[in-house]
Amino acid sequence: MAAQKPLLEIKDLTVSYRVGDRTLDALQEVNLSIRPGQAVGLVGESGSGKSTLALAVMRYLPANALTRKGSIEFAGREMLALSQDELRGLWRRELAFVPQNPATALNPSMRAGEQLAEALRLYGSTPEEARALSIDLLKQVRIADAPRVARDYPHQLSGGMQQRVMIALALSGRPKLLVLDEPTTALDVTTEAVILDLLREAAAQQNTSMLYVTHNLGVVAKLSDRVAVLYAGELAEDGPTQDLFRQPLHPYTRGLLDSVPRLGQRKDVKPLQGIEGALPALGAPIDACVYAPRCPLAIEICWQKRPALDAPTAQRAVRCHRWPEILAGEVSANREPTIRLKTAQRTAEPVLKVNNLEVDYPLPRSINEFLSRAPRRAVQAVRTVSLVVNSGQTLGIVGESGSGKTSLARALVGLAQPHAGQIELLGLRLPVRLNQRSRELLSHVQMVFQNPEEALNPYLTVGESLARPLIRLSGQSAAEARQRVPGLLAAVRLPADYAGRYPGQLSGGEKQRAAIARAFASQPDLLLADEPVSALDVSVQAAILNLLAELQLEQQNALLLIAHDIAVVGYLADQIAVMYLGQFMQFSPAETIFDPPYHPYTEALLSAVPPPDPFVQQEQIRLEGELPSAVDPPTGCPFHTRCPRFLGDICVNELPPWRETKDGKRIFCHIPLEELERTQEPVLLFGAKPAGEL
Amino acid sequence: MTIYILRRLAFLGLTLLLTSLLIFIITQLLPGNVCRVILGREVGQAALNACRVDLGLDQPPYVRYLTWLGDFLRGDWGNSYSTDAEIRPLVTGRLGNSLMLAGFTMLVGVPVAVALGVIAALNEGRVLDNLISVAALAVVGLPEFVTGIFLIQILAFRLGLPANSSIRESAGFFEALPSLILPALTATFVLLAYVARLTRAGVLQELKQAYVRTAELKGLPRRTVILKHVLRNALLPTITVVAISFGWLISGLVVIENVFNYPGLGRLMVFAITRRDLPLLQAISLVAVLGFALANLAADLLYAALNPRIRVGQ
Amino acid sequence: MGLNTRVKAASAAPVQGQRFFSLLRGLFRRPAHGFGTFIFLLFFLLALFGSVLAPYGANEQIVHDVRQAPSAGHWFGVDHLGRDVFSRVILGAGDIFTLAGIGTLLAVVIGTSLGLLSGYRGGWFDELLMRFFDSLLALPALLLALLLLGRFGPSRQSVLLVIVAVYIPIVARVVRSVVLSVKTRGYIEAARIQGESSARILFREILPAVLPALAVEAALRFSYAIFLASSLGFLGVGVQPPSPDWGLMVNEARDTVSQTPWALYFPAGAISLLVISVNLMADGLKQAFQVEVQI
Repeated sequence: MAAQKPLLEIKDLTVSYRVGDRTLDALQEVNLSIRPGQAVGLVGESGSGKSTLALAVMRYLPANALTRKGSIEFAGREMLALSQDELRGLWRRELAFVPQNPATALNPSMRAGEQLAEALRLYGSTPEEARALSIDLLKQVRIADAPRVARDYPHQLSGGMQQRVMIALALSGRPKLLVLDEPTTALDVTTEAVILDLLREAAAQQNTSMLYVTHNLGVVAKLSDRVAVLYAGELAEDGPTQDLFRQPLHPYTRGLLDSVPRLGQRKDVKPLQGIEGALPALGAPIDACVYAPRCPLAIEICWQKRPALDAPTAQRAVRCHRWPEILAGEVSANREPTIRLKTAQRTAEPVLKVNNLEVDYPLPRSINEFLSRAPRRAVQAVRTVSLVVNSGQTLGIVGESGSGKTSLARALVGLAQPHAGQIELLGLRLPVRLNQRSRELLSHVQMVFQNPEEALNPYLTVGESLARPLIRLSGQSAAEARQRVPGLLAAVRLPADYAGRYPGQLSGGEKQRAAIARAFASQPDLLLADEPVSALDVSVQAAILNLLAELQLEQQNALLLIAHDIAVVGYLADQIAVMYLGQFMQFSPAETIFDPPYHPYTEALLSAVPPPDPFVQQEQIRLEGELPSAVDPPTGCPFHTRCPRFLGDICVNELPPWRETKDGKRIFCHIPLEELERTQEPVLLFGAKPAGEL
Repeated sequence: MTIYILRRLAFLGLTLLLTSLLIFIITQLLPGNVCRVILGREVGQAALNACRVDLGLDQPPYVRYLTWLGDFLRGDWGNSYSTDAEIRPLVTGRLGNSLMLAGFTMLVGVPVAVALGVIAALNEGRVLDNLISVAALAVVGLPEFVTGIFLIQILAFRLGLPANSSIRESAGFFEALPSLILPALTATFVLLAYVARLTRAGVLQELKQAYVRTAELKGLPRRTVILKHVLRNALLPTITVVAISFGWLISGLVVIENVFNYPGLGRLMVFAITRRDLPLLQAISLVAVLGFALANLAADLLYAALNPRIRVGQ
Repeated sequence: MGLNTRVKAASAAPVQGQRFFSLLRGLFRRPAHGFGTFIFLLFFLLALFGSVLAPYGANEQIVHDVRQAPSAGHWFGVDHLGRDVFSRVILGAGDIFTLAGIGTLLAVVIGTSLGLLSGYRGGWFDELLMRFFDSLLALPALLLALLLLGRFGPSRQSVLLVIVAVYIPIVARVVRSVVLSVKTRGYIEAARIQGESSARILFREILPAVLPALAVEAALRFSYAIFLASSLGFLGVGVQPPSPDWGLMVNEARDTVSQTPWALYFPAGAISLLVISVNLMADGLKQAFQVEVQI
């Protein structure tokens, strides 16, 4: 393998963007090489320049991009010197691209099959051959009923299907190199798992190289042979996956690895360590290490001289002054946790009790329905949900898109109206309409929303936004509120002078902190957090999660944490509820959720999440089919249409019972517990054998 | 798709109903003595009373509305106050003329305008685009009467085209053609600028979409990408643009017909206003609204037929 | 997206006061927009100080100079009735600004209020209002204008009424659509669950987000109002003689255009120039508010 000439060789690549009258560097002297048949994962957070690198390799940068320096050699040819026609030739046969958002990447007025056939005709097939071949390609990407999908328009397909079509398209020319830019970020984890499977398969079959750009360390651990880490436009580190994960040499890599919650990692056992600070603003290159402001190991030379790209071994590269010390184990970027987090005590008072809550969104009626007096159809987002959360306790609700978890949160906080069921807060019935809730009641329930960019009013200063709940809910005067604001900021580790700033001047993480401060201002007994970190970079997530836990320790509020990432939920929560199509499938103490017995859906979920650890063995349970429509949910057990352990008619006709296990779980399933315990293996085994050698 | 068509038709009916109600309210029910308006200030009470009975003003409003609407639908459009001529043949005759003018304008103007817009968009930032954009912006700012008079000065007096387009009421197309040219040219001019600008914006928007990247990265030649992918999708917003320009055209024709003395509905409408001839005004408004609504319906249906999201549904 | 955040950090962070100046700078960045804004301001000044600047009265007849071509004493010449065209044009500016300006202002204020309420409340109020506006919009603008004029008779007040009536629905729709998209933002929902009153949410949280689109729309409406008023004047059903309304001036000069072409071209030019410059200014506003970096 070492003797093979690289398929792709990037040397000293520097790309800038012309913005207004300035030129800003997005990539600085990046080196990367990919061999035939090799999969390279390019890891970076937002602003690292990874998408720019992907598009640079494709030679499809926007008009205001300048490739100022460096070279990109593909199959021996210098790409920067190629003409448009020559590039087109490459795009047909040797290079292919899979973008992040398949919905916009497909032509909305062309049938899916035709979009494939068009490419095939271009590559030399006759129209009949192209039609047949396009159906074959769709089958290859595991699309059941390929002829029907070929006839469909993109808007009729789900996100997962659309992306499969894009992958089929990318593979249609049998490319030597596949460049993928976050292809599964917008997909559910169970769908992502299938896509990753078929990518690995297809790459192996056709000996295709891959450049897989992502922020997700789990995906690179699973899929790639080598990992390259990008920070602020520079290559921080590069090496074989296992080596890099076992011993990262760059403090940033170490920081990233420590920021990602592993499955099974608990806040009281091993707190996450984020990376402090934020990405530097784009500007002129400086002669210092670009990571120094955030690096726990920075010494004087780091601020004075830009580190060169060294090669500790033949296969590794790192841009850090201190790598020899790190390699020898003399220093470590690992820091001691500064906070001690605890799990909730068992004997606390219930704060929230929900009984048989149902939330649906009525659909507009068509004329037919109106005339035939058919009952109004609705999207049944939440169907018969009951739960209890105690003070000081965290209940984590994990579910994929369509599970209804957000609707549940909105109903609890008053933004959506349930049509059945009761909500009890501190023993009092909570009115379903916001305007029926007294200020007192409102002050007890607050929420942190998903999108930090829209969390704060951009026309008010941070201080003004924080003062509002104090004035409105806690009944303070404007002057009193203003005095309290610095305290709120301090609680979320923001400097007091931020009170005078506008949200536009804050980073994403800082905005989310301000939003959390605002939510805690009225000292709520119940805090709902709906995907509080999913829109943030990994390095920032840890700080926010720890902050939520710390504040909870102080205030002893109940926390209802909603997320699609089971590792995040497993980290913070005391109790976890798994939700599917509007109903809970399983309740479990956080300590035992990763051990059997599992609800079959939990089992599938756990086997789909790619762990950021190449040494983990993971079951490969995959779900067939698509999520059923919430307008017409399946009868009986909602999961029966996709359940790998489907029993039979009983699952279709009857609602499952709740079964209690010895380790404190409650499972909503017809399968007897003994059966589950007998047949289920732990989904994850943390061991020494690398995943690829299963 | 059929459900969509039915819904649109129902919606059309509803809108027409509401608009006819609006027209009725404005002309008949708004405060102010209608009879006094029609007959003038100096008439005596007896004449006013006779007028009231004559117009049915002593009836409750909804009865008046329904009778009026009923009459209209049956074809009885009443008589003009100022000329005492029967309204329907007058209006339908003029309608024919206006349609000729409008049709000519749309047929010539729209394809040229769309083409210019597409060319401008495909050459964004370059000389051709700047030329077209600036020219369009300048013409859009010119009121139709300015353009019309300007064209009269240049073309009529130099080239001898008729400046005054009075033609016989029932003139056929070819007989009317020489008189059509200048007004049509004026209308086309402004339509060009308007539609070209909007088409340009629409095509530019399509060019930014991600599927263009997908098409190019297939290795398709640039021409195929533009023709088969971009323009095909840009067709949809263009239909919307053309539909919007109907409304402008109707408004614009009123002014243009007056500039050139062209005997169409527009001139008739101004005539009706200066004579405070309310029945005539009502009839013209209804006809105009009907035409506008039908044109919009046609555009909507065309849009639905071409847009897979509506045609095929979810 | 990520690179965008870094670029924003690299640009000067706009504090509230600085926003206004960066807006002004944005307006003058492209020469076309700057030109448009400049001309608009010029006309505005003319409108404001017209009565002081005009050398003659609007209807002052200078008998011995009748039909004189543009000269030192009469920059725009004299029309067939002996009136100084330059004075009439300047005084007409004041006229049109008052008429179109007040009309647009009223339409914007009323339309915004309705759009805010309708978009935020939703429900049957929204449905009803939008149906009503749909039927108003089913009539092309000029047609509705003529209909109203037919009823109320041509006069300056009628034209004002017409402008207001025709543009309220359009402004309301634009505002409503912005409100609908802003309504679902996190900070609005946070305000709701914090028990903020609807009034406060509408005016302190939603309205500021509406203002940019509203500003652009208001500028456009102003230009269309000028258009409309002049067209009505030209047709003879708008402002009546002897007002120095530009559209009316064009109409009056039609018959004698061969003898006194300046009496037609200068007012026509004034209309066109003002409309074009307001359009350019509106375009500039649009660019200035949407400072999105293309990366």
